[in-house]
Amino acid sequence: MKKRTGDPTEKKKFHKVRAPNKSVIPEYFYRESIDSRSKRAGMTRVLLGALKSSSASLPESFKISLLLVAIFTLPFFDKNPYHIDIMVTAGIFMLLASGLNVIVGFAGILNLGYAAFYAMGAYTYALVNLHLGVPFWAGLWVSGFVTALFGILLALPAFRLSGDYLAIVTLGFGEIVRITLNNLDRITGGPNGLLGIQHPALHFSSYQYQFGVRSEPYYFLVFSLVVIVVFFLKRLESSRLGRAWVAIREDELAASCMGVDLGWAKLSAFGIGGFIAGIAGCVFAAKQGTVSPDSFDFVVSVMILAMVVLGGLGNIWGALLGALMLSLLPEFLRGFDIYRMLFFGIAMILIMLLRPQGILGERRHKEEFHSQSSR
Amino acid sequence: MHSSNVFLQQIANGITIGMIYALIALGYTLVYGILQLINFAHGEIFMVGAYLGLFVYTLSQTVSGNLAATPLTISIIVLAMIGTAALGVTIERFAYRPLRNSPRLAPLITAIGISFLLQNAVMLIFGPSDKNFPQIIKSQNYSWGNVAFTNLQILIALTSILLMVVLNAFIKNSKLGKAMRALADDPKAASLVGINPDQIISIAFLIGSGLAGAGGVMFGMYYNTINFHDGYLVGLKAFTAAVLGGIGNVPGAMLGGLLIGILESLGAGYLSSEWKNVFAFFILFLILLLRPSGLLGSRVVKKV
Amino acid sequence: MKKESKLADFTILSLKNVTKRFGGVTAVDDVSFSIHSGKVVSLIGPNGAGKTTLFNCITGMAYSETGSIYFMDTLLNRLSPYQITGKGIARTFQTIRLFKHMTVLENVLVGAHSITRGNLLNALLAPRWLKTEEKRVRTHANQLLEFFGLSGKSHMLAHNLSYGHQKKLEIARALAANPKLLLLDEPAAGMNAKEKEELLKLICSIRDRGVTILLIEHDMKVVMPISNHVVVLDYGKKIAEGTPKEIQNHPQVIEAYLGKRNA
Repeated sequence: MKKRTGDPTEKKKFHKVRAPNKSVIPEYFYRESIDSRSKRAGMTRVLLGALKSSSASLPESFKISLLLVAIFTLPFFDKNPYHIDIMVTAGIFMLLASGLNVIVGFAGILNLGYAAFYAMGAYTYALVNLHLGVPFWAGLWVSGFVTALFGILLALPAFRLSGDYLAIVTLGFGEIVRITLNNLDRITGGPNGLLGIQHPALHFSSYQYQFGVRSEPYYFLVFSLVVIVVFFLKRLESSRLGRAWVAIREDELAASCMGVDLGWAKLSAFGIGGFIAGIAGCVFAAKQGTVSPDSFDFVVSVMILAMVVLGGLGNIWGALLGALMLSLLPEFLRGFDIYRMLFFGIAMILIMLLRPQGILGERRHKEEFHSQSSR
Repeated sequence: MHSSNVFLQQIANGITIGMIYALIALGYTLVYGILQLINFAHGEIFMVGAYLGLFVYTLSQTVSGNLAATPLTISIIVLAMIGTAALGVTIERFAYRPLRNSPRLAPLITAIGISFLLQNAVMLIFGPSDKNFPQIIKSQNYSWGNVAFTNLQILIALTSILLMVVLNAFIKNSKLGKAMRALADDPKAASLVGINPDQIISIAFLIGSGLAGAGGVMFGMYYNTINFHDGYLVGLKAFTAAVLGGIGNVPGAMLGGLLIGILESLGAGYLSSEWKNVFAFFILFLILLLRPSGLLGSRVVKKV
Repeated sequence: MKKESKLADFTILSLKNVTKRFGGVTAVDDVSFSIHSGKVVSLIGPNGAGKTTLFNCITGMAYSETGSIYFMDTLLNRLSPYQITGKGIARTFQTIRLFKHMTVLENVLVGAHSITRGNLLNALLAPRWLKTEEKRVRTHANQLLEFFGLSGKSHMLAHNLSYGHQKKLEIARALAANPKLLLLDEPAAGMNAKEKEELLKLICSIRDRGVTILLIEHDMKVVMPISNHVVVLDYGKKIAEGTPKEIQNHPQVIEAYLGKRNA
């Protein structure tokens, strides 16, 4: 990994950061911004640049830029640490909802055990960190790929089983993972879980920033990840594979007659979904410093699914909105405390009755909107 | 010889709980057969049945502390069944029916919402801690060879068998029962011959929920404690049973219930009780990998 | 209308002793015939004769118990549908199976899946050629839509199209894969006379572009004018084969149709 310094007057400047602990942010994701060193500004620039070069219409990239500015400046307006912490949780669920959206929303495969992937990511980082000293940034990749692999393995039954059966398999799988984590004491720490997981640390040449228990850095971290994930998901959505997924969701058999390799498409969906859950889990573990099986039960799987459906199945922004809503809703109901979950259930029922296709509707049609009514 | 005692004993115990699982599994399978909907709220209906039973019992005690056990038990079961049946039909009417033409996942989310609703409503009304459920019938032990069982177990088995026999006869012979089978088989053709899907679906929910209610009361009598969280775990096992037997298949649900009960009992007896719950899932997993249509199920074929 | 194709004449599809059973029913019973490239071949027969099942066997949606199906030199028997499409065979469906909630253009783009480059990794990393490739496919799709007169509707959702347009879209979608052999399953079903006229012209144009066509049809007014060759099935068996004129006067064929009085 060579360090390439270039002429500062060059328009594009690629500068790979090589930290003592081998930070592995790949070259083409990281573009050194000329003025600010903060990760935040760098990411925003990359994204804006990519957006402008993509086919997004100008008003849209303007709206997105506005949104990005709002997100990344929020902690400066609302300094309440509790609020920020909630937003961090919301951010993690945005990642999770986005990942599940690929499997359920894009490819149309019902997955009722997504929390298992989340757990996989968290425990993977916990284990490699505790036993092998793998630092957070590398851990992200490890968690991502391990969980992706896990997802692909789970997808193998997808070939032979029809939708509902597969859903049950994923459900069972989710439970099996949770119970296994609970019982494999020596490896996973059993019900108490694992402790003492390292928080992330940033290294820029001589400058070092250690994440601690304050939520702010995690806020920026999580939302940067959300931005990156959404960026790639948008690419996928408008790609050949993205079209194939929707075709599979509409009519699997017809899709295969059009030349779509169903197996590969499904594996990809689970792989991507798994990868995203992996990094979400890694972030969670790194922030908490501990992991335990309770955080990954069926209720969590269901919540994430509800987030995807509430926002609009297959809709990238919908998944984010759904995650935000369902993460914040219990907080708004906190005043009612014991009635919280009751109202939560009622809210879910009402939203489904009033708008079953989700708040933002299924699949964003840039072109036509007036057939967004019932499927 | 000692080990065969334990074995047979576990089987006997397993049959008892298996009967209860079977009753609940029937509810899942009836609804799935017609609507292709996994009714996630069904487990809570079972739980509500148990609490209703407790409620009725408590009420009866205020009237007289000296009521005859058997008629009282039967009355409680019947009343609980009526209550849960009504609940099930209401839920279908107001939460599922409007979504019949909606995206496939909408009723699923609604079901989950209802599950939350019911669990928390019960928790708020009755409190979060375990509730003591009276046995009502005075325990009497019998033994057959080296296997010990109680009159309660016999009651559970008999009641369950009675209910299942009646159900089977209903589905096979009655007009409504045939209509249910027709609707499950081919909805379009069924409507062409004048079957009203709304009515039949309501009946499916009525029966399924009623059976779950009966299961709930007997569960309470057998284990003597109930908790608002019971619906989730028992529901999941009963669902596994329905899938094991072949989801949509009525005798399959009964068979599946018994098998899950027996397997679980054997697992608890021979392995630790923690792995008891996992057992059911491993079975589920295996079935779906090896024989997704379940033991008695048939249709996994996609029509071209 | 019955022009001969200028391409070299070779056997593009050959079925030998193909049999397909469903439980107790033999849907296709020892059927053998060949199709020469560049021709329009019609597969006719009363309802339930096994025509669609035969299509399913050719396209991999059903596996024949015995017999062999060769596409040029490739054995198709145990291949899955997507592999067969990749080899150059495309089909439409008797009951329209469009992707209802995708736009007209998207339907055709999916149809072109087998001739489009770009896998998961490409989609994520977006190399420079990807943009060019996407443009190429879109142009190809738009050209097809124009050929079928659907250009103005390219952004409509498929299920909002009229029946006739949906039928056309199905064919357009199939053609998007640049197939060498096109299987049309009752393309004229539900069409009025004018639409059938258009369909005839369409099929001829497609044939003139070098695509071999095998079609299932009930309407003799569609079959007779454009077919180079006709194969007749009844109860799963091939009962006759020949030019349209020969078939018209074939006693067994007449009996099969008259005797049953359906379709």
